[in-house]
Amino acid sequence: MKANLSIVGYCCSYGGYSSADLAGASRLRYSPDVMIIRIPCVGRIDVIHILRAIRNGADAVFVAGCLERNCNFEYGNFEARKRVEHARRLLGEIGIEKERVEVFNVASNQGWRFPEIVDEMVSRVNVLGPNPIRKVGK
Amino acid sequence: MIVADKKPLSELFENVEGCKRILVAGCKSCVAICLVGGEKEVGLLAESLRLFSDLNSKGWEVSEYTVERQCEKEWVREMHQSVQDIDAVVSIACGVGAQTMQELYPDKRILPGLNTSNMGAPDEQGIFLEKCGGCGDCILHLTGGICPIVRCAKSLLNGPCGGSQNGKCEIDPETPCAWEQIYDSLKRLGRLDLMEKIIPPKNWIPSRSGGPRKIVRPEAVLTPEEKETKEGIN
Repeated sequence: MKANLSIVGYCCSYGGYSSADLAGASRLRYSPDVMIIRIPCVGRIDVIHILRAIRNGADAVFVAGCLERNCNFEYGNFEARKRVEHARRLLGEIGIEKERVEVFNVASNQGWRFPEIVDEMVSRVNVLGPNPIRKVGK
Repeated sequence: MIVADKKPLSELFENVEGCKRILVAGCKSCVAICLVGGEKEVGLLAESLRLFSDLNSKGWEVSEYTVERQCEKEWVREMHQSVQDIDAVVSIACGVGAQTMQELYPDKRILPGLNTSNMGAPDEQGIFLEKCGGCGDCILHLTGGICPIVRCAKSLLNGPCGGSQNGKCEIDPETPCAWEQIYDSLKRLGRLDLMEKIIPPKNWIPSRSGGPRKIVRPEAVLTPEEKETKEGIN
């Protein structure tokens, strides 16, 4: 695993964050390069939050919400999926690999799932290399 | 409302080439409703431009402004200060808004960020359908409230044509036949007699055939004295 990666994870309180919490309580290991941003619901995530994270140098961004049809706010995770898709399209047009952005669905009792998500994003960044914005020294 | 669609980012990147200070100008009216030109979309386009600029070391300075209605000079004047030191404005209002901007700021490059499409309405969330052709001589009272000018591919005044199949238009199996819709509407209204009424050839002069159109509302037009007073106030 390469060091000095920067992965931003927008996690909802009920799914993604609770899963990370349980992973921690279960003493499961995952990369320290992930910065978790807790939000009430991933339905709050907008395309601009993803673009800003990338512009500020994040190598990858993921959004972790509740399982589909299990959102605490009913359809926030569906909204998040559409916005992530939108962000991926825009990044593609701008010239940044869309694989740097992903959306995941995870339940609060799936502590084992969070390290998997982080590993998935870390391995993607290892393949893609650092965010090209960082290369040009923004 | 006026329905528009986004231009591809690649086209915008090419258009702003050579400019350093760029203002993205939006409109909170029609284009905000069709989700391409409101305050949120202004932020998104500005961020996309900044990201492209950083990635390619362009050095663009991108600012944002969204007015209530970009087609009205009174609102557009609001952004007077923001336009001052700008090399180019990317207007993500409709073509009317972009032209109003150009009229008010003739020394600035106003670049359209949208492709203005039609006068339509939301059919369901995220889907917008063209409803009015702006022909200048409305016949909705004869056609059950459905416009054959724009909703019929051939703009037939006495339809349907032979291409109407199972309620769909021959140009696209997804497109409903406007004349079938007209028939159904007139049937519901108990006015099927109107189907037998021959609509004579249309006068197209009030439409685009008469050149750019101008409507004068005499009661609202300001006299020279009133204009002077109003300009004095402004």
